[in-house]
Amino acid sequence: MVRNFPPDFIVRVDKEACINCLRCVRECPFGVHEYDKEKKKWKRHHEKCVACLRCAYMCPTQAISIEKHPMEYSPHPVWTNKVRKDIKTQAETGSVILTAMGNELPYLNYFDRLVLDACQVTNPSIDPLREPMELRTYIGRKPEKVDLEEDNGVDLKTKIAPNLKLETPIMFAHMSYGSISIEAQLSMARAAKEVGTYMGTGEGGMHVDLYPYADHIITQVASGRFAVHEEYLKRGAAIEIKIGQGAKPGIGGHLPGTKVTAEISQTRMIPEGSDAISPAPHHDIYSIEDLSRLIYALKEATRYKKPVFVKIAAVHNVAPIAVGIIRAGADAVVLDGFRGGTGAAPQVHRDHHGIPIEVAIASVDQRLREEGIRHWGSIIASGGIRSSADVAKAIALGADAVYIGTAALVALGCTVCKKCYTGKCPWGIATQVPELRKRLNPDEGARRAANLLKAWSHELKEILGALGLNSIESLRGNRDRLRGVGLSDVDLEVLGVKPAGR
Amino acid sequence: MAATLEKARVSKEGEFVVIDAKGMHYPELNVLIEDVINQGAKKLKLINVNGQRFIADGLRGDYYIEIHGVAGDDLGAFANGPTIVVYGNVQDGAGNTMNAGKIIVHGDGTDIIGHSMRGGKVFVRGHVGYRVGIHMKEYKDQVPVLVIGGTAGDFLGEYMAGGRIIILGLQRLETYPEIVGDWLATGIHGGAIYLRDEVDEDKLGYGAKFEELTEEDLAFLRREIEEFCSYFGGDVDEIMNAKFTKVVPLSHRPFAAMYSDSKEAGH
Repeated sequence: MVRNFPPDFIVRVDKEACINCLRCVRECPFGVHEYDKEKKKWKRHHEKCVACLRCAYMCPTQAISIEKHPMEYSPHPVWTNKVRKDIKTQAETGSVILTAMGNELPYLNYFDRLVLDACQVTNPSIDPLREPMELRTYIGRKPEKVDLEEDNGVDLKTKIAPNLKLETPIMFAHMSYGSISIEAQLSMARAAKEVGTYMGTGEGGMHVDLYPYADHIITQVASGRFAVHEEYLKRGAAIEIKIGQGAKPGIGGHLPGTKVTAEISQTRMIPEGSDAISPAPHHDIYSIEDLSRLIYALKEATRYKKPVFVKIAAVHNVAPIAVGIIRAGADAVVLDGFRGGTGAAPQVHRDHHGIPIEVAIASVDQRLREEGIRHWGSIIASGGIRSSADVAKAIALGADAVYIGTAALVALGCTVCKKCYTGKCPWGIATQVPELRKRLNPDEGARRAANLLKAWSHELKEILGALGLNSIESLRGNRDRLRGVGLSDVDLEVLGVKPAGR
Repeated sequence: MAATLEKARVSKEGEFVVIDAKGMHYPELNVLIEDVINQGAKKLKLINVNGQRFIADGLRGDYYIEIHGVAGDDLGAFANGPTIVVYGNVQDGAGNTMNAGKIIVHGDGTDIIGHSMRGGKVFVRGHVGYRVGIHMKEYKDQVPVLVIGGTAGDFLGEYMAGGRIIILGLQRLETYPEIVGDWLATGIHGGAIYLRDEVDEDKLGYGAKFEELTEEDLAFLRREIEEFCSYFGGDVDEIMNAKFTKVVPLSHRPFAAMYSDSKEAGH
């Protein structure tokens, strides 16, 4: 049968400029470029190209350009080219389509329909270059009230639960060693330490190279319990129980045995070459009471010195679920919206399950306030945060801080080619292949990741200044400083935001 | 916080430090245990324990802890080395995600005993409940072993990735006399389960199969049963003289052929 499947991209090479140096052959992990030395002939396997642009940028004579393949099926608004290609792929293989990065369907992006206020005339704005501007954020349970002891000077009488101190309300999301390289993790760990924030380990354990940064690392306990060990729990700054992920709500994860190399097996504490299966649920958690038991088991095991977070995918009933989590004893609830990234997820889950992070933040913040327990735990939002503006809007909707995953990887050189699950990341990020890993220098990576945080933090201060605020705390849940543009009445009601003009 | 207040609860008995847990809430009891250990105690005896949770959670070191009464949920969870002997029953999750150490239970256990265990051993004289040994795993020379004298409920060894589970069936429940419940070893992809009885194939979950026992298996069983009998009594030869059924994974890579993408499909 003829396979009528047009390639996604076409590799164009300027033959005059090409010097036959074969650099492109060495750079492409997917085998797009092939040179027959005897016949002195090039063959470009366009169908293998993923448009990562690695070859184009490494070509010494800039002879290569990658374009969308002009050949497409006859246009149809319902039976799009993507739909037809997916069907043909599944007809060929009979299996689940795997993909990576965040939701690709064109759902409404609420961040892009929300605008921030600014001061004019009556309430003066603040210039952050001249006046102190506070971005410091504490993540964890806050006391009902603070009692002071005033014998000699003033002492705090109230016992404060452990909190994480963030110098900027942006953390690096949990991306495991195994899904990404140790160089990528090191880059973020160093940046987190330098800027005064945190990164997450994911479910891959903590590589020994990360130990010097452990006080800026949040460890993760997921359903596979890989790497979970008392020393690991005690080493990190906080512990996160992962229940769900925005990119694949309701399902577990399978790290294929082919990726469980000697080093990966060491940090996950599993045999080499064996599939690492994280079940969909935690099998010791079938209820909120069970969740509470794990929260307190972790607190007891670490003698109440570490805050414990619980991460869930943002789904339909996110507000009551989050309330249950906070009442179960979590110090923070992490909400991962349906645009959240992943190293590998079935496409059907990534694109069709879960809800946008913006509405999740608003409804959880609202419900926690209504129940009078907003101070019991923090809200950490993640899933599609692309800029400082998104951070500011997430915080104004009610988040305490955000996690960034994809944005951090883009800072490290990722071009979002969506092939993380192949383990062949051309930019040395989502790979364990030594030759590919060399492409990311952790010194350079750390500088760029820190720069991103510094740039966004600077912009956040400017945003606060324009709003006439001098601390991020004043923006938190301050939805009056947001307005909706082109949103329906129901959307606005859920978001707790007025329409522009009101 | 509790140390000075609770001194009356602490006494010495030979080389044991004894703590009377009567009526204590678990956080206070566990603080007291921590204090006593920080003051150098190596052997502890907890008396009047009545469901207090999280005893010896995350405890590192070769401590010896005797518990008289019923130990609550997650006894020895994340533990790394201690030996815990319970003269009574244990509740859910004893040995949960344990890395090393031993838990010896002279009574029965409830659900998820030995969940995600990576190392060490758990011996239960009586019966255990549902989802026992789920996602047990192993790593290098760490091969966890779970030995149950009575019977086990549904989902025994589900998602099991390593380690060994032995169900002896020496005692039976009147209401459910079979040695194990349904959905045995569903999704197993590592390790092995030994049951001292014939087991109907209908009980096997997805991804599991029966396998003949080898000489090595029998030698291993004998060693573990000897240890079992050293705690609870019983005749090793008599226990060994029975039909054992061994359950192993169909594959270590159960999801190998589940996924595809257009590039790998050869388009």
